Amino acid sequence: MLSFILKRLAGAIPTLLIIVTLAFFLIRSAPGGPFDKERTVPPEVAANLNAVYHLDDPLWEQYLYYLGGAIQGDFGPSFQYRDFSVTELIAAGFPVSLTLGLTAIFLAITIGVSLGAIAALKQNSLIDYAVMATAMTGITIPNFVMAPLLTLVFGVYLHMLPVGGWGESISQAFLPIVALALPQIAYIARLTRGSMIEVLRSNFVRTARAKGLPERLMLSRHALKAAMLPVVSYLGPASAAVITGSVVIEQIFGIPGIGRYFVQGALNRDYTLVMGVVIFYGSLIISFNLIVDIIYGFLDPKVRMG
Amino acid sequence: MAVDMEMKSTGSAEKEIQGRSLWQDAFRRLLTNKASVVSCVVLLSIVLIAVIGPWIHPNPFDEVYWDYIQAAPDIEAGFYFGTDTNGRDLFVRTLFGIRVSLLVGLVATGVSLVIGVTYGAISGYVGGRTDHIMMRFVDIMYSMPFMFFVILLMVIFGRNIFLIFAALGAVEWLTMARIVRGQALSIKNREFVEAARASGVSNFNIIRRHIIPNALGPVIVYVTLTIPQVILIESFLSFLGLGVQEPMTSLGVLISEGAQQMESAPWTLLFPASALAIILFCFNFIGDGLRDALDPRDR
Repeated sequence: MLSFILKRLAGAIPTLLIIVTLAFFLIRSAPGGPFDKERTVPPEVAANLNAVYHLDDPLWEQYLYYLGGAIQGDFGPSFQYRDFSVTELIAAGFPVSLTLGLTAIFLAITIGVSLGAIAALKQNSLIDYAVMATAMTGITIPNFVMAPLLTLVFGVYLHMLPVGGWGESISQAFLPIVALALPQIAYIARLTRGSMIEVLRSNFVRTARAKGLPERLMLSRHALKAAMLPVVSYLGPASAAVITGSVVIEQIFGIPGIGRYFVQGALNRDYTLVMGVVIFYGSLIISFNLIVDIIYGFLDPKVRMG
Repeated sequence: MAVDMEMKSTGSAEKEIQGRSLWQDAFRRLLTNKASVVSCVVLLSIVLIAVIGPWIHPNPFDEVYWDYIQAAPDIEAGFYFGTDTNGRDLFVRTLFGIRVSLLVGLVATGVSLVIGVTYGAISGYVGGRTDHIMMRFVDIMYSMPFMFFVILLMVIFGRNIFLIFAALGAVEWLTMARIVRGQALSIKNREFVEAARASGVSNFNIIRRHIIPNALGPVIVYVTLTIPQVILIESFLSFLGLGVQEPMTSLGVLISEGAQQMESAPWTLLFPASALAIILFCFNFIGDGLRDALDPRDR
């Protein structure tokens, strides 16, 4: 098991390195330096600025310098938010984004799996069709369309929920989390239904039924566990999708998370902030995939731990 | 199974007779799928309206009508979808948005098709260590947060529609490459490829004449699923303000503007949002239908 984990960890390192390298050289190939927007500063000041930010060193030295910093979690200063380092901005936004993302994933798993399982048990019934039609809608309509529509209906017309903000009341979190979770609920429901139908036809389920195991126990002990495997392996892509989705959801609802900093940074050409967030998101997604791989290894005896 | 059938159909001398029958079969199966047929019709109508509409319709997409600022939909005044906050005709703007979305979808998917098919066919056909290295590269690429790299590109090089094409194409080829590689692996050991090799056909021509045509079925299915994917990403970027720039527009830009005005002018959100949703629905249904039609395994 340990060697399996280590091997996966070792596989993640080149990916991270490529992400950092790509991000760095892309940014450096950008036309114009980070201080070009400033009023013309005296040459001495410019020279000092360049010296402080290592902009005069040869490119590869700058790269090593950045890489060294990134390994220690230091992404340099933000060019837009003067008094903050990129790391501080990420640290400030992360708890909010994490709460939002994890709640959305949790919601997606519980609701998605239940809906999928119900649809599979009642295959080709009205419930099944309703669940699948809803899932199709959830998958097709992107969350940057769904979020304003939900706000329009529940916030503006029905006055049931606040349309934005964060942290003042729990009801504020409701719409963003639902909007973020909906596509994932839909995907997971479809996945669960598909694998559940397959599992329900399998021999071990027939055996369980034949020996007189109550349907409820058969489901909880045998079927659901086996049917969850594809869902588990989908959690990696799901976390990536939730992270991407959170960018636009945070923007729409005015939530002070990393995604919002990222968009602001991108619009303001805050190179270091954008680069830092890209690397942070990259490592986050890779870690999620790693964790999911390891969990999958535990769950599925067919995976070789060599 | 699917491969077998395609094999007989498009391979070598029997091409004329059976080749048609496979695609005819697929076509017939597609016709029995009501959702796909309806989607095809709806999509074609949307494309036609989007392409021809702006020529016929008298209002230009960037003209400001000072008397009709943020006017509700009004057939008599000639503003079918109303006007936006700047007093521009939303109907014509939506049509332009659809044009841009479809264009991005087609071109970027085309780019990904070319890269993915070439890469996958070479990787699968050559095999061995080359295949291993090439696919390892795809694996690494897969775990990249590509959406963010596309945003990074937009930040650095400015918002340029050609860059969007290239960037999205470069992102979306990975799955295509995997699909084609899988096909190529199974096709390259067939008798007719062996026969071609024995009669001295060059590797390049074998890939071009035998491997790629026989791998087309799954590729077509995946293309119809990639187009909505690309349209979605472009809208996502435009929504964030990182895509197409004013006065040109796209569905993402319109939805973003509409979302800001939805309390006072809900139509500015509803029309572009429905247009995008309908287009995405159509592509998804067509993709599903094609998959069922071209892949007899599931039947």
